[in-house]
Amino acid sequence: MKKTARSTMTFRRYLVLAAVMLTASLGDTFLGKGMKDFGPVSVHHLGSLLYAVANPWVIAGILLLLGFFASYLTALSWADLTFVLPSTALGYVVVALLSRFWLHEQISPSRWIGILLIVMGVGFVTLGPSYTDHAPAKVPPLPEAEEVGKR
Amino acid sequence: MMAPAWHSALMIATIVFTATAGDVLTASAMRKIGDLDLIRAERGLVGTIYAVTGSIRFLLGVVCMALSFFSLLFAVSNANVSLIAPASASLTFVSNAVAAKFFLHENVDRRRWLAAAFVCCGVGLMAR
Repeated sequence: MKKTARSTMTFRRYLVLAAVMLTASLGDTFLGKGMKDFGPVSVHHLGSLLYAVANPWVIAGILLLLGFFASYLTALSWADLTFVLPSTALGYVVVALLSRFWLHEQISPSRWIGILLIVMGVGFVTLGPSYTDHAPAKVPPLPEAEEVGKR
Repeated sequence: MMAPAWHSALMIATIVFTATAGDVLTASAMRKIGDLDLIRAERGLVGTIYAVTGSIRFLLGVVCMALSFFSLLFAVSNANVSLIAPASASLTFVSNAVAAKFFLHENVDRRRWLAAAFVCCGVGLMAR
């Protein structure tokens, strides 16, 4: 099967990718905040996770992640998985900044460099084509058919 | 009290495996269904939701994503969200690149492999 890559991106589609990035990072952070308020969950009491859904931060996180899912599915319908995932990598920076300045978690210098490397790495991808076309293989005509055509 | 390192690694591995399975199944379903913008223009929002939720592959992907979600919920309550969320998401990107090449037959060129290498280094630094 022959594969050709091309860009399918428009301004509106970049906005959809921005929505994927923001809703995912904010949703994760809200969930983190809610679960910190809720406290540690024991492996032996996994059912208690259901009570965590009553926490407003967890509810807000779930709603944001629903928005993420809708925009993510839309993006996957016109772009490759290996394009959509990395092009939303700035979300890692958003999570790190929110964790540092809002949840007051400590982020070491090496972790900051790690975040920078991730963003640089995934930046490569956004410069390339966004969609792989799966063209059907060209089947050569049967020799018999060619011969018939000549006659 | 935060979880020990091996405990965090196990939680991250569980999230990555289930998330990759979910992403690949979902991406495969969306590719099969087609451009959602066009479908919504033709059939409206309800028709689009019907088209998406009618796919078995999509539903299997959602099950895997749900497992990944609850794994993440469990993990962030036991470890730093600034480690769990970026580490699991980044490793999922690497595993997705491999899975997309072999299962979705995407054109994962040198540029995308290079990006995977950068992400691996970044995750290694973040886990220190």
